[in-house]
Amino acid sequence: MKTVFERPQALTEVPMHYCPGCTHGIIHRLVGEAIDSLGILGDTIGVASVGCSVFAYDYFNCDMQQAAHGRAPAVATGIKRVLPEKMVFTYQGDGDLASIGMAEIVHAAARGENITVVFVNNAIYGMTSGQMAPTSLIGQKTATSPRGRTVEEMGYPIKMCELLATLEGPSYLARVSSHDARHVLQAGKAIKKAFEMQQHNKGFAMVEVLSTCNVNWGLSPVNALKWLEENMIPQYPLGVFRDVTAKEGN
Amino acid sequence: MARGEVLVNQELCKECSLCITACPHNVLRIGKSMNTKGYHPVEAFAPERCTGCTLCAVMCPDVVLTVRRKSPERK
Repeated sequence: MKTVFERPQALTEVPMHYCPGCTHGIIHRLVGEAIDSLGILGDTIGVASVGCSVFAYDYFNCDMQQAAHGRAPAVATGIKRVLPEKMVFTYQGDGDLASIGMAEIVHAAARGENITVVFVNNAIYGMTSGQMAPTSLIGQKTATSPRGRTVEEMGYPIKMCELLATLEGPSYLARVSSHDARHVLQAGKAIKKAFEMQQHNKGFAMVEVLSTCNVNWGLSPVNALKWLEENMIPQYPLGVFRDVTAKEGN
Repeated sequence: MARGEVLVNQELCKECSLCITACPHNVLRIGKSMNTKGYHPVEAFAPERCTGCTLCAVMCPDVVLTVRRKSPERK
């Protein structure tokens, strides 16, 4: 018997604090697998956000820095410019990246900073117990939109990949999902590619991973995956929105 | 004859059952034992059906599962 699947070395042995069935854990593992497969564990510095993923610094086996709320891309910019030979990534949720951190992510992308951003979009504020996020779907019931999000009152959800694709800075923008094994494997490839972009000095790369928050959505873990597939993907279409290497033909 | 084997790290399991729905061969189920967190970890109740496809481990949010497979390896 040969071991064909085990815990990546880039993850610590610490049990994660996430709720049962939360796909944060899957996405952590995908980042860990990407780091392992590129052999960059000793050269990687991660920047953790604020939100459920705030404890990411305990779970990754590389150097980690905690940033102020939303400021992970700015902190990552500083680290990358001082230590350009290191691989720098941020791991941010939608409340962190698309709400309070909107300025930092847009400017980091516009500058084409050579960093990798893993953006976990679960359409709700998880840690603070289920308030409406900028990415909450139209009609979605949350603690602060109990009758569902309405366009008249709360505007439209923000599609980060499409928004950043209007800029010239990003080298790679992709939206992937974590609702079944096939899509998780695709997400893993996209995250690895985002790291490769940085390795080849192509500039800013972001992967948006659609994720679940079954507790705050009020669903079981299995039903949350179905909800993601049926409700989030129609509003957040999957795909690659920018890939500069595709133009170069490699 | 089982082609694969799933090993469960009992203490990490949170009983979310995503692995159970991901498994195409119905190998896993929620077990009767309880870990120190109070969850019932999954168990391979039909290990002979396991092909070592790793889909359960791919969907596990807590990296509970280690999968081993007999050759020929596909990886």
